[in-house]
Amino acid sequence: MKGEVSLGKEFTKGLWRENPVLVMLLGLCPTLAVTNSVKNALGMIGAVFFVLTCSSIMVSLIKKLVPPQVRIATYIVIIATFVTMADRFLAAYFPALSKALGPYVPLIVVNCIILGRQEAFASRHGVVASVADAVGMSLGFGIALMLLSSIREILGNGTWLGVPIVKGLFTPWQVMILPAGAFLALGVLVSMVRYFKNR
Amino acid sequence: MEFFVIFMSALLVNNFVLSYFLGICPFVGVSNRLDSAFSMGMAVTFVMSLAAVVSWAIYNLVLVKYGLEFLEIVSFILVIASLVQLVEMFIRRMSPVLYQTLGIYLPLITTNCAILGVALLAVLKQYTFAETVVFSVGAGLGFTLAIVVMAGIREELDAADVPAPFRGAGITFITAGILALTFMGFSGLVR
Repeated sequence: MKGEVSLGKEFTKGLWRENPVLVMLLGLCPTLAVTNSVKNALGMIGAVFFVLTCSSIMVSLIKKLVPPQVRIATYIVIIATFVTMADRFLAAYFPALSKALGPYVPLIVVNCIILGRQEAFASRHGVVASVADAVGMSLGFGIALMLLSSIREILGNGTWLGVPIVKGLFTPWQVMILPAGAFLALGVLVSMVRYFKNR
Repeated sequence: MEFFVIFMSALLVNNFVLSYFLGICPFVGVSNRLDSAFSMGMAVTFVMSLAAVVSWAIYNLVLVKYGLEFLEIVSFILVIASLVQLVEMFIRRMSPVLYQTLGIYLPLITTNCAILGVALLAVLKQYTFAETVVFSVGAGLGFTLAIVVMAGIREELDAADVPAPFRGAGITFITAGILALTFMGFSGLVR
C-alpha cells in the first residue's frame, strides 16, 4: 500500500465530494437510461456494485503482473468477464428486470466509472483500500441513481417503487419518465449539487 | 420500404443520443464547437458502421455456430478496441489531413457506449446483414445530427446570461432535454 491511506476517507469520498455521477459526470448513459423507475435503478446499482468491486479486487491483486502497455486491454477483459457474469445472473434469476434493462447491462463494460477507478485507484493501491474505494464509488453511483429515479418516478408516474404515493395530489407529468425528463431532471440535479458545493 | 423504416427509426425516432442515451460523453464533451462536433459525428458514424458489420459477422458466423453466445460482450469489446486501433493506423498512413481532423477523436471512440450499443442492439433485434448496415449508418447519422444541432445551440448559449450553478453541464442537460422533447415530435413517423 502506498503511504498512509485512510480507509474511511477512500470510502466516503465517492459519496459526495467526488460523487462519480453528480460531480465527476461519469457513467451518464446508465444514469439517464434506467432511472425511469426505482426498480430498474436498483437492478443497475446492484450490477454496477458487483462489477466494480470484483474488478477492483482482481486488478489490485494482479497489478504487479500486468505490463503497463497492455494494462487498459487487461482491465477491459476483466471488466467484461464480470459484466458477463452479472448479465447471465440477471437473465437467469430476474428475467423481467433483465428484459427491462435491455442492452444497458452489457453496456456496463464501457461505463467510464469502472474503467476510471481501475486506472486511477485499484492499479495503484492494495486490495483493502481498493475495496473501500469501489464500495464508496458504487454507493455514490447508487445515491445519484436513487435520487434521479425517485424524482422521475414520483413526478412522472405518481409512484415510488411501484407503490402509489401521490393519489390525487397532481396529475403525473408523463414527460418525466420519457427520455426528455431524464435530461431535465439530471440538469437540475447537477446544478443544485454545484450550488450547494460552492456555497 | 423496410430498410427505410429501420433507417428513419435509428436516425430520428429512436435517436441514439436523445432517446437511447448512448454516446452521452462525447455529446456533452465535444459539442461546444460546430466544426469539431461535425468531425466527431463523422468519425463515430464511420467506426460505428464498421464495428456493427464486424460484430454481426463474429456473432452470427462464429459465436452462434459454436454455441458461444455468452462470449458476446467480451468479443465485441475486443473487436471494437482493435478495430479503432487499426482504423487509426490506416488513416494516419493514408491521409494525414483526415487524420488531423478525425485523429484526436478516434481513441475516445473505443469507450463510446454508442458503438458497443449499436453492435448489441443489432444482435438483440436479430437484424440480417443488410439491415445491420442500414441500422448502423442511420444510428451514426442520428448521432451526428444530435451533436451538430446541440453544438449550434451551445454556440448561441455562450452569449446568454446563464445563472452560475447552471453553467456548463447543467444547462447542457436541460438543453438536451428540450431537444429530446422536440424529437418526440417524430415519434408518429414510424411505428
